[in-house]
Amino acid sequence: MIEPGRKVITGNHAVSYGAALARAQVIAAYPITPQTQIVELLADFCAEGVLDAKFIKVESEHSAMAACIGASATGARAFTATSAHGLALMHEMLHWAAGARLPIVMANVNRAMGAPWSIWTDQNDSLSQRDVGWLQFYCESNQEALDTVIQAYKVAEKVSLPAMLVLDAFFLSHTSEPVEIPPQELVDQYLPPYRPPLSLDVEDPRAFGGITMPSEYMELRYKIQRAMEEALEVARAADLEYREVFGRGYGLVEPFMLEDAELALVTSGTVTSTARLVVRELRSQGLPVGLLKIRLFRPFPTEEVRRHLAQVEKIAVIDRNIGFGHGGIFAQEVKSALYNLGLDGGPRPAVFGFIAGLGGRDLTPELIKEIIDYTRERDRPESELIWKGVKL
Amino acid sequence: MGTDLHELREESSPFPIRGTMPSRELLLPGHVACPGCGAALAMRYVLKALGERTIVVLPACCWTIIAGAFPYSALKVPVFHTAFETAASAASGVRAALEVTGQEDVTVLAWAGDGGTFDIGLQALSGAAERNDDILYVCYDNEAYMNTGIQRSSATPLKAWTTTTPEKHPKDEPKKDMMAIMAAHRIPYAATASPAYPEDLVRKVKRAKATRGTKFIHIICPCPPGWKASSELSVKLARLAVQTKVFPLYEVEDGVKYTINLEPEGLPVKEYLRLQGRFRHLTEEDIELIQRTVDLEWERLVAKARDSR
Repeated sequence: MIEPGRKVITGNHAVSYGAALARAQVIAAYPITPQTQIVELLADFCAEGVLDAKFIKVESEHSAMAACIGASATGARAFTATSAHGLALMHEMLHWAAGARLPIVMANVNRAMGAPWSIWTDQNDSLSQRDVGWLQFYCESNQEALDTVIQAYKVAEKVSLPAMLVLDAFFLSHTSEPVEIPPQELVDQYLPPYRPPLSLDVEDPRAFGGITMPSEYMELRYKIQRAMEEALEVARAADLEYREVFGRGYGLVEPFMLEDAELALVTSGTVTSTARLVVRELRSQGLPVGLLKIRLFRPFPTEEVRRHLAQVEKIAVIDRNIGFGHGGIFAQEVKSALYNLGLDGGPRPAVFGFIAGLGGRDLTPELIKEIIDYTRERDRPESELIWKGVKL
Repeated sequence: MGTDLHELREESSPFPIRGTMPSRELLLPGHVACPGCGAALAMRYVLKALGERTIVVLPACCWTIIAGAFPYSALKVPVFHTAFETAASAASGVRAALEVTGQEDVTVLAWAGDGGTFDIGLQALSGAAERNDDILYVCYDNEAYMNTGIQRSSATPLKAWTTTTPEKHPKDEPKKDMMAIMAAHRIPYAATASPAYPEDLVRKVKRAKATRGTKFIHIICPCPPGWKASSELSVKLARLAVQTKVFPLYEVEDGVKYTINLEPEGLPVKEYLRLQGRFRHLTEEDIELIQRTVDLEWERLVAKARDSR
């Protein structure tokens, strides 16, 4: 049993506590920096009997996800954690987990992809998995990481889709913060045991995932999309209920000082905390700036994004990622959410897309001020993507 | 008049017959295997031995098709279809879930072809075997990627034709020794089997079922379209593979104790090769090379069996 109370722990360990409190039953994982501490602590929890789970020490991330899939299909609550190349190696099985409608929860510590080798943070690993059918939550703090593991199971099991929570390498994974460990009884009340409607059961033999003809396949994909749409409402409700039970909630997006703002920053992950400081400072100087943190990336909270951003004049999106050949991925998503509002003569703010902080480069308050200055000084961006902090 | 068929067969069979073959049928008649498919026969016997409390994990292979398209299933046990290289790892996950949910008596059967075992799934299989996860892994070996249309795998025999080892340049390499790889993991039980000797096959599966840890059974499965052989010859080919020592029947306990189950008659390999179109291009020298290779492997096996006594 996990002891409740306030502890100073890293983001990685916050995830381990979340998985233990969620009573994960099968854990299959492979080491990779900077994720490894998540599964090390879970191995301790299993060894000490704090967590009654079976830990499969697999020989690759591909097998980690395959084992989670087998376990989840047999009716167990499954958990894994990975990062960067491990996530990329899982890619095939990420599709399989979603297609098989298995509510596996995974933590991905955002780490830049090779080549060249890097262990520091950026979002290209998880954003490259945008279209596999997994929910994606981007966390800003260690507390949010712990809470999101529990919320992710709640939502995933309701809509029968897998969910990934994402945290920045080192800025979150290896940084200690005070975290409130909630009491197990409250978590049990919030998250009842996993009871899937169908599973591999010798008393009720069925075949899962057999070859499906063109006459049937498309309907299964339609149902995944419907489940994604449903997940928006389920995630809103799950967060509200979490707030009622535990006194904390995050929303699908989190607006900050957006009332009457003319310019809105859009962020995800830890840069949000830095951006919040900058916004507060500039507000005190009388500048009408605000901030929208996007926490849920898939399904994309289009309704919230429109509600909070449609009325501003300019939007500056900070992307710690690059969709090569086009631009920052969050900027593309924000543009796509807003575009059709303008068709009927409605508002369509100018969207400035900034690429910054790749491979773990610092995103400093000064850099964020430069981004705001650039945006304020222009009616429209000079190009669809603007690099900040790159040495040329 | 009044002749007991069992008695007749008992005389001609090297293995005890009476009472060894369970009557239950868990492979249903609606399966879509080719006529003469050795892999369909093998599944039928394996499920007879394992019974209803079995979960089958199927990676990409001929059996993906044979089991039937959605929403049908030709197996009367639960089936989980999974990606090509994940038979062992997905099966490990199923086993772990059965353990944490108190269903320890259910057998998890990972059922993969030679491509999924010898090639793309080898890493995951090695992982499961090294952990000694409690699964039964059966490789039904038809000696090439048959479902994609007969391409060479590392289980394809020396000098055989496939679509990627054409007659002008047939396979240069001998078949990978998969049993030795599994034995090197020191798993509690590994065995070879042939659908031409169903009593031996069923006994081995029952033994595997009663053994905790990773079990590996390697079944030779003639494939009429892939071997370019007439479909009524499948059982005969499965028998000739054993009798020519091309595919000896043996067991390995704990990776070290080798037992040869049947002393082959030692027919020349030519008797086996000549019935298969995939070998029709062979020269006399090729056949001699294959014979020498088979003899050498047999001697090695005999030595292992002798040394482990």
